[in-house]
Amino acid sequence: MTVNDILKVNDFKSVVLSDGDREVSGVYIGDLLSWVMGKANSGDAWITIMSNVNILAVASLTDCACIILSEGVTLSDEIIATAKEKGINVLSFAKSSFDAAICLNAII
Amino acid sequence: MPEALSFKFDVDGEDFTCAGQASVIVKKNLRQLGLPPEIIRRVSIAMYEGEINMVIHAGGGKAEVNVYEDCIEIVLIDNGPGIKDIEQAMQEGFSTATDTIRSLGFGAGMGLPNMKRYTDYMDIKSQVGVGTTITMKVNLT
Repeated sequence: MTVNDILKVNDFKSVVLSDGDREVSGVYIGDLLSWVMGKANSGDAWITIMSNVNILAVASLTDCACIILSEGVTLSDEIIATAKEKGINVLSFAKSSFDAAICLNAII
Repeated sequence: MPEALSFKFDVDGEDFTCAGQASVIVKKNLRQLGLPPEIIRRVSIAMYEGEINMVIHAGGGKAEVNVYEDCIEIVLIDNGPGIKDIEQAMQEGFSTATDTIRSLGFGAGMGLPNMKRYTDYMDIKSQVGVGTTITMKVNLT
C-alpha cells in the first residue's frame, strides 16, 4: 500500500503530498511525541491530532511514510510550507483516529 | 586510524519550535555518508530527544556527533539545572516538564528512556546547579 492508495479512500484528503509512491508498511497512533519516537516504525502511517511544527521533525526522524491528521485538525500555512520543504507527506481525516485506523485496516 | 568526522551544533534554548534542527542535519549528513538507515534512525532519534531535553530543561547547550570507524558518538553538554536523581529520571513516564511543554506533545517522560533504548551505550554525568553531559554511542559493527 502506498500513500496514494490511502488517498483513493474518499475520507482521506491530501494536505502535503511530497512522495505519493512512498510505501506504507504499518500504522501507528499517538499524540505524545516521545512515545511516537520510541514506538513508531519506519514506513508507518502516523495518525495524530497534534498540529505543532514538532510533528514534522518526529515524522522525519522516525521516517514514517505519512502523517495523518485526524479529527479534521489543520496545519498553519507556515507548517505546511515547512512540510513541503522537508518532503513530508501529510494527509487529513475528518473523523477520529480510531475511525482512520479502521479505514486503513481495510486496505493495508 | 583516520581522524573522526565531527559535527558540532549550538542548540538554541530560546526557540522551542526550532528544536530538532541539529538532529535533522545530522540525519542528512549520515545519509550522505551512506550509513544503514536503521543506524541513522537510532542516532537521529536519540539526538533529537537529547536536543528537546536541552531546550525544555537547560536553556540550550552544545551537541557534538563524532563518526568513528566502529561507532557513532553523540555528546550533549548543557549548563542547565542538572538532574537531581538520574535513576528516577531514567524511569519511563517520569517527567518534570511544564503543562505548556506537555500541550506540545512532549514531557511524556520518554526522552531519556528512548535515548537509552536507541543507543548501545549511554552515560549521564550531572551535577545540580552546574549542568549535564550525556554521552551516547551507537555501534556500527
